[in-house]
Amino acid sequence: MLAYEILLMRLFSIIQWHHFAYMIISLALLGFGASGTFVSILQKSLFRHFSGAFLLNVGLFAVSSVGCFLLAQSVPFNPDEILWDSQQSIRLLGIYLLLALPFFFAANAIAMALSYFHDRVARIYAYDLFGAGLGSLSVVALLFIAMPLQALAVIGCIGLLATAVAAWELKISGRNWVFAVLAVCSVGLIMLDTRSELQLSPYKELSQILRISGTEIVSEHSSPLGLLSVLHSHTIPLRHAPGLSLNASGEPPAQVGVFTDAGGMTAITRETGKSADYAYLDQITSAAPYHLFQPAHVLVLGAGGGSSILQARYHAVPKIDAVELNPQLIKLLREDYADYTGDLLGHENIRLHEGEARGFVAEASVQYDLIEVALLDSFAASSAGLYALNESYLYTVEALQDMLQKLQPGGYLAITRWIKLPPRDTLKLFATAVDALKNSGVENPGQQLLFFRSWQTGTLLIKNGAVTETETVALKKFVADRSFDIAWYPGIQSGEVNRYNRLAEPYFYQAAVAILSDDRADFFERYKFSLQPATDDRPYFFHFFKWSVLPEILSLREKGGLPLLEGGYLVLITTLVQALIASVILILLPLFVISKEKRSSNSVSNSRVILYFLSIGLAFLFVEIAFIQKFILFLHHPLYAVALVLTAFLVFAGLGSGFSWRLVRGGHYRRAITVSVIGIVVLGLLYMLFIGSLFAQFQSLSIAAKIPLTLTMIAPLAFFMGMPFPLALARLGDIAPNLIPWAWGVNGCASVVSAVLATILAIAVGFNAVIVLALSLYGLAWLSFPE
Amino acid sequence: MNRLKFYLFFFFVFFSNASIAVDDAYVAKRAAMIEEIAGDVRAGYGNLEKEALDENVIDALGSVPRHEFVPRNMRDAAYENRPLPIGHGQTISQPYIVAIMTNLLQVGKSDRVLEIGTGSGYQIAVLAELVKKAYSIEIIEPLGKQAKERLHHLGYENIELKIGDGYYGWPEEAPFDAIMVTAAASHIPPPLIKQLKPGGRMLIPVGSCFMVQELLLVQKSPSGEVSTRQLLPVAFVPLTGRH
Repeated sequence: MLAYEILLMRLFSIIQWHHFAYMIISLALLGFGASGTFVSILQKSLFRHFSGAFLLNVGLFAVSSVGCFLLAQSVPFNPDEILWDSQQSIRLLGIYLLLALPFFFAANAIAMALSYFHDRVARIYAYDLFGAGLGSLSVVALLFIAMPLQALAVIGCIGLLATAVAAWELKISGRNWVFAVLAVCSVGLIMLDTRSELQLSPYKELSQILRISGTEIVSEHSSPLGLLSVLHSHTIPLRHAPGLSLNASGEPPAQVGVFTDAGGMTAITRETGKSADYAYLDQITSAAPYHLFQPAHVLVLGAGGGSSILQARYHAVPKIDAVELNPQLIKLLREDYADYTGDLLGHENIRLHEGEARGFVAEASVQYDLIEVALLDSFAASSAGLYALNESYLYTVEALQDMLQKLQPGGYLAITRWIKLPPRDTLKLFATAVDALKNSGVENPGQQLLFFRSWQTGTLLIKNGAVTETETVALKKFVADRSFDIAWYPGIQSGEVNRYNRLAEPYFYQAAVAILSDDRADFFERYKFSLQPATDDRPYFFHFFKWSVLPEILSLREKGGLPLLEGGYLVLITTLVQALIASVILILLPLFVISKEKRSSNSVSNSRVILYFLSIGLAFLFVEIAFIQKFILFLHHPLYAVALVLTAFLVFAGLGSGFSWRLVRGGHYRRAITVSVIGIVVLGLLYMLFIGSLFAQFQSLSIAAKIPLTLTMIAPLAFFMGMPFPLALARLGDIAPNLIPWAWGVNGCASVVSAVLATILAIAVGFNAVIVLALSLYGLAWLSFPE
Repeated sequence: MNRLKFYLFFFFVFFSNASIAVDDAYVAKRAAMIEEIAGDVRAGYGNLEKEALDENVIDALGSVPRHEFVPRNMRDAAYENRPLPIGHGQTISQPYIVAIMTNLLQVGKSDRVLEIGTGSGYQIAVLAELVKKAYSIEIIEPLGKQAKERLHHLGYENIELKIGDGYYGWPEEAPFDAIMVTAAASHIPPPLIKQLKPGGRMLIPVGSCFMVQELLLVQKSPSGEVSTRQLLPVAFVPLTGRH
């Protein structure tokens, strides 16, 4: 089921947008909560026909996992219209309900098993966690070898196989008939799946470009990092050159477009053999450093289709290193389009490394003259504020400090970003650079910064050393020749700014001056978007939203004011509100339905049960999410770090759950819960306090050495965290078995709320605070253990 | 037979009246829409050069039957102040945005304008009400054909449409007094800047299909220097006053 959840996230990120995928799947997971409610209410009749009901639910999961997705993707939901068109909300609700079904069926089966076999609850839960761990790891592997829709069919078939195993284990009569039906179902599923296609939203970048005649997708490459679609345009050239100067006259050579999840195009550019054809790469803001000095060794972070490499080559850089996260994109450049690019990566002075930017910098043993961070995200996503809920460890204060350390004396770090109106990213970046320089012991950061923009992109240069007069003169000439505007250099005058691309006020210059002055706090307070620099503890560079501005923006709705909304954060809040409302209903419903006498026959109070299971449901995911983030910083690769940490947490928690069974058999509930809570709190606090210095010490280890270290650290914590849930369920099994499914539902709802709340809290107060809160919740759980 | 004639007569009168009634309803809705937009503009147009919509722009908006440019099932929503999907992954812009963009172009009766990205054809129809000759290029073939038919049916004789790549503009008809680029591009095509007359204006709405984030006004001075003004379509100041 966890594999299914991860896969759904992938599928919806392709056909819709990542943040809506997040909302849809978070809410669909409430199927867990609903199962608790359902099984609580119908407990008696379900248990009367346990075998049949169990089998039916597992089977329905299998069929609905494929069927409900295919139905849901055909609902024409368009998030952009949600504030105008009431129908969109109804469609969204329809998608929630459809996708909640598979989770509901699977969770029903688990809730029934836990409740029916309540004397073996710890073991069942242990296997459940094991399975989840295995599922999350295998789906990552599966996505490397199968296209997303094929992976969906695989999961459906695994569901059917599980049904067959259940029929076998439950020794139900007429098993052979069941097997036959399942075999037919699996053929049906596969046929349905192979005949279906992903239905992209018509407003996604790829859908839009495919409407132009002469365009076609020539190949697709799936990986858990995203679905790459390679697009050829036979009649009309792609001409991808964002940020091109108004004074430019040329256009780029032929290009091939590479889309990730049907958006965020990067271009692979054809080799023409004529240097002049690449002159357009000198007409964009990121070309500035090459006009200030002649770098001998350049590092490009985020190679994409290779335009920054071409830019460095155009400026005759003797040695170029580049880093790219997605191995399939590297393969495209190195193999499929090697001829097309004139074997760009075959040049002896150009090396492309597979890896994550921050990690590469941390582990690098050389120093560079220029580190260039290119535009890594698409304008569409950036302008709509859709990254608000994504963590990014590339634009934090600590990240910039790391990069500065890898610069030669006199070297430059160049970061280019999209310009949004009113300005946001570039200003936050400027503030981040100021903090990074201050933390690195620079007394006067303004002396080491250069900041300029076109109408479309802004570039910040951070020098390892004070900017010289000659460099300022060279920069002034560079910007004037291209009609770019300067926003900051040491000694800037107010008359020099806002000349070619005029804004109502010289916002960029004003902000730069304010951020460098003592007025900074006041300026941050008065600015209507959040510009506080991101840190490793609060890695939300893309979070600009301020509650105080919401009423003003909403009042401007009819007057074109909606683009001012930072959509991503609001989606997060909306998800939380919806999850809370649904959870309250799902949790309270059984209390009204379970008859009074039955409740009075229980020797444990309902509020104790709610409090306990809410606390551990919230706390488990808080700890898990916070530590996944901490380990991403250590292991660097977001995908592998998440897969490894998640699997380790689940598997070791499974071991903990299995171990708690032994304690339960001895009847030592109180002692067991005390030991596990003390274990969690002590380890949690120790890790929180010392993990930073520990990571710093082992940062330069190879990944092969980092993995066992990670596992060693997670194992004891996860082991203890696996115990509280089965311990309490087992206790309920003794004193109030009819409450088990309800407790399962409460825990399910808490988990959904927890995942969303963890991000909101991390944005507001940071991950360390999330850990402290989680440990307090474990304390609360200890106090409310049902006895 | 007489009875049949009577029924035919009745049907004719009923439906012609009904269609007149429907048209009247659209006229009333259109007037209400324009009043609303004009009010919005007056309330917060300070950052867009002017205090109000020009009279000729108001007249142009009042003359173009917007409901004819949206899919049949959306006609009722045609005069609401919101963007609407028109199929092919495209939208017809929010009327408020059309109004302020048209106002910003500052076109006159003797002008020739070029539009890149015809879409439904609504924007070029509004411009055609104001200028001598309007040209428009659409890259998506079925969309371009539909717009051509629609504008022909509505009797616009001063509009010329072409289906194809808008990057190189319309060199045979260049230069233009004003250019509107509603198609997405990663940069401003240099040939379009060339085809703009000295003293001319080019307007580019930047954003997604449903939301315009910024209006980029490219101006060519009489001496040929090019500069841009980056305007918010909305009255919004990012910095509050000192406490």
